[in-house]
Amino acid sequence: MKQLFDRLQALFGVTDFERKRDDLAFLKVPKDHAEMLIRHLRDHEGFSHLVFFSAVDYIEDDIFRLIYMLHNYGTRDTLGVHVDIARENAGMTSIHTLWAQAALYQRELKEMFGIDFPGSPGVDEDFMLEGWDEIPPMRREFDTRAYAEKTFFPREGREKSDPRTHMRKQFYPNWGEGE
Amino acid sequence: MSRADHKTDQELPNDGLTYPDTEYFCKTRPVPVGPQFEAMEAVRNWARANSLAVQAFGTGCGAVELRPLMTARYDAYRYGVTGSPTPRQSCVFIIGGYASVKTLKRIIVSYEQMQNPKFVVALGSCTVNGGMYWDSYNTINRIDHYIPVDLYVSGCMPRPEALLAGFVKLKELIKAGKCEGANKYLENFDWYKANQKKIIKNWNMPDYNW
Repeated sequence: MKQLFDRLQALFGVTDFERKRDDLAFLKVPKDHAEMLIRHLRDHEGFSHLVFFSAVDYIEDDIFRLIYMLHNYGTRDTLGVHVDIARENAGMTSIHTLWAQAALYQRELKEMFGIDFPGSPGVDEDFMLEGWDEIPPMRREFDTRAYAEKTFFPREGREKSDPRTHMRKQFYPNWGEGE
Repeated sequence: MSRADHKTDQELPNDGLTYPDTEYFCKTRPVPVGPQFEAMEAVRNWARANSLAVQAFGTGCGAVELRPLMTARYDAYRYGVTGSPTPRQSCVFIIGGYASVKTLKRIIVSYEQMQNPKFVVALGSCTVNGGMYWDSYNTINRIDHYIPVDLYVSGCMPRPEALLAGFVKLKELIKAGKCEGANKYLENFDWYKANQKKIIKNWNMPDYNW
């Protein structure tokens, strides 16, 4: 895996190589080189399987981190490719030409995070949320609880109790009142 | 004379449909049919209670309990409960746990297509108050705001035994003439429709699925 990283570093400017297990590693690549790198990994390094393709919202850093998880059946290695993209007008090159099933992931990312993938089949169609008219729900500025409370008729009398304080009240009713 | 001239308050607006579809669906508002001839109704209810056909529509995770319930392990057929493939041939709708907005749309279509008398058993905590998905962006909290519910079986998940106990209770309710959910739905039709349309944003189906 380290040799692979050295080769890729020379070719694509990948950074932040992080080895989690013998057969699992992550690396980061600039947005502009990402599609080339993934194509290279698929065609020349044997990473022929797209395990999943997902995104994480790092709102503090103002980025979305895309995670392409690739698997090599020959060496049984798994490689995660991180790509950071800006949250404003988030968009990325589509990889549906490499794996047809990526179109479905991209459709989901469009709906849940609002990340656009121009040219991906059906990317603008509704995926899970039919007729959604708010900001995409997996973005962290979306207040899920406030939305649920104003939309879904919450039942009166529902309480939420912290298990720790509840059990303390059960076992030690005089907690905190001196020795 | 245009179609708008015929429109009365009694007709359904069917606003969600576009032109060719508007011609295919009925605009007549459904009317409740209450119990008639009290003595006969008791006999009818006895007959209804002893032959329940459950619709084969698994909504949410509770549907997994229906397989052992209907087959040899728990064998609900002993209680006169059987399965039925389509909405039009069934009389019991089991809401199996959480219902997302997308599923709710299908639940409404299926519920409306079922013929009277029809009974709804809501399974699991999610149907009561949202359960563990109470603050989700996509899961409804109270199913009884969208379709009338005759019986709740609480738990997460309730075991098939609990569901069998629920069926026994449902039979008692039917025999006592207390399962008038279908009429309740039609009497409060506008309230239910308003609730449904509040969360189903792309309402592209007729207002009542005959």
